[in-house]
Amino acid sequence: MAKIFKQRNMISLLIVVAVLFPLITNNTYYVHVMTLSFIWMIGVYGLNLLAGYTGYLSLAHAGFFAIGAYSIGILTVKAGMNFWGAFILSLLITCVIGLVVGLIAFRTKEHFFAIYTLCLGYILYLIIDKWDSLTEGVRGLIGIPAPASIGPIKFETEISHYYLVLFFLLLVVLIMYRIIHSLTGRTYIAIRNSEDLAKTIGISTMKNKLTVFVLSTFFAGLSGALYASFVRFIGPDIGAISITFDLLTYLLVGGIGTLSGPLVGTTLIVWLSQQLQGFQEYRMLIFGPVLTLLVIFYPRGIVGAVSSWYTKLISKKDHQRILRPTKVRSGASIEAEKEVKEG
Amino acid sequence: MIFLETKNLTKKFGGLVAVNNVDFAIEKGKINAIIGPNGAGKSTFFNLISGFHRPSSGSVIFNGREITTLPSDKIAKLGIARTFQTTNLFEQSTVLDNVIVGHRLRTKSNLLDAILRTPRLKAEEAQCREKAMEVLEFVDLKNVATKLVGGLTQEEKKRTAFALALATNPEIVFLDEPAAGVNPDETEGLAELMKKMASTGITVCLIEHKMQMIMSIADKIMVLNYGEKIAEGRPEEIRNNEMVIKAYLGGSAIA
Repeated sequence: MAKIFKQRNMISLLIVVAVLFPLITNNTYYVHVMTLSFIWMIGVYGLNLLAGYTGYLSLAHAGFFAIGAYSIGILTVKAGMNFWGAFILSLLITCVIGLVVGLIAFRTKEHFFAIYTLCLGYILYLIIDKWDSLTEGVRGLIGIPAPASIGPIKFETEISHYYLVLFFLLLVVLIMYRIIHSLTGRTYIAIRNSEDLAKTIGISTMKNKLTVFVLSTFFAGLSGALYASFVRFIGPDIGAISITFDLLTYLLVGGIGTLSGPLVGTTLIVWLSQQLQGFQEYRMLIFGPVLTLLVIFYPRGIVGAVSSWYTKLISKKDHQRILRPTKVRSGASIEAEKEVKEG
Repeated sequence: MIFLETKNLTKKFGGLVAVNNVDFAIEKGKINAIIGPNGAGKSTFFNLISGFHRPSSGSVIFNGREITTLPSDKIAKLGIARTFQTTNLFEQSTVLDNVIVGHRLRTKSNLLDAILRTPRLKAEEAQCREKAMEVLEFVDLKNVATKLVGGLTQEEKKRTAFALALATNPEIVFLDEPAAGVNPDETEGLAELMKKMASTGITVCLIEHKMQMIMSIADKIMVLNYGEKIAEGRPEEIRNNEMVIKAYLGGSAIA
């Protein structure tokens, strides 16, 4: 129980920091970078739900990010739709395309699924790049409107935009939290663990995998739509494979299959990239080896490493408590002591 | 009373006939065993019944209903559970967390329930937890419920796999080599557990190589060799069957 309270405290603290951040810094550039990080985090959560919790690595994620961004861009700039209508419609478009793709993609498994989605991501990129009449091709879409005001709330300044994106991020984290800590989340983890075993306990793996895939493309689309309305200009590059690998890097560094991994990984890498901008492409000379070492020694990223270290610490403490019993003991340690005696 | 029945069940993998024309009837509440040399088609036979493979011909009938072409998750919902030779459990998670999801198929809450945290979800989560504790008590693992599966003994892992199968509320459980890699004392414990399952009305069907155990607990034994049924009957009938002795020892049975 104490652990839950601690977790709650940590989350509240993080939210407070995030809310106060623009007021503390006074530096619009920092606010800009942080807003972009939040947008990426939403996309990374989509990847995390699919790859981290269900065990299917989709490399078409940037493609869906681009679908979200281009849908809202085309609907507002070319079709002249109002912002929020276009926003909702672009999410729907992403989900529908996700559903169709998922139906085909889940005929494959493991590496083949990754390769299939890699190809698919590239096809999506090519379509955006070559379909001049719809997407304006390499020229890109210019003049995407900022989010329209909702009642008295306007989104014209950087700071108001920051809060809008933060709102969506918190919503995504809440959804993720609830899914993971529910029967539904357990179902997904069962599929990741062993698909055969999941089937024998009556889980329809296809239905569940498809639901997760669509939800993950929803997050990617949301991230893309927010990106388009924030940056106001989009080019085909946002659908490039390298973006998928950026998102994957954030996830791996933070911790795949952990709830706070996307937050940690994205913040860390985005800020590091900003600091190391002077090195330009040579940054990769630092990132490459660090990432390789991380994957070898800490497959569940920074968050995974910290949490397993914490679990070890707790069990050590419990062990010491058993050796030197004090008056106040938890039920678990009494049981454990009994075991030791019986053994 | 015949409970589950296979008729002319056949499975071909290319030119190899893994299961050939097998008729087998399982009686309710009894312990049924399938034995045979390695590669005799025992596991394939299980895979056919539990919907992992589709038979090349023949049929599987459960409770008077044809289930031959149903997918495995639907078969599980009808009340047929199974375990694997390797336990396939999630090692980094606790015993309780592994078993809770076993009752998922008896619940209805979906993704939306999870996101909105509806009363239905909460009630069903409590129900799954209760069921998990109930089956852990049944298999005698309540004291290790909060331990990680990775830290359990082989026998405890087998019991956890049993618990997971039992959490689905099955009418019949298929156990694929439940006592493999387990020492003689623990084997006895698992045999007792299987008897306990049968006594509570759950039909048991197992594949096993440990003859002593099979002979002591099985009500009925079927022997497979090269995919064909070569004998069927009570343990003492099987023990003296010439065909069976020949299949196991090779050559003639006169010696």
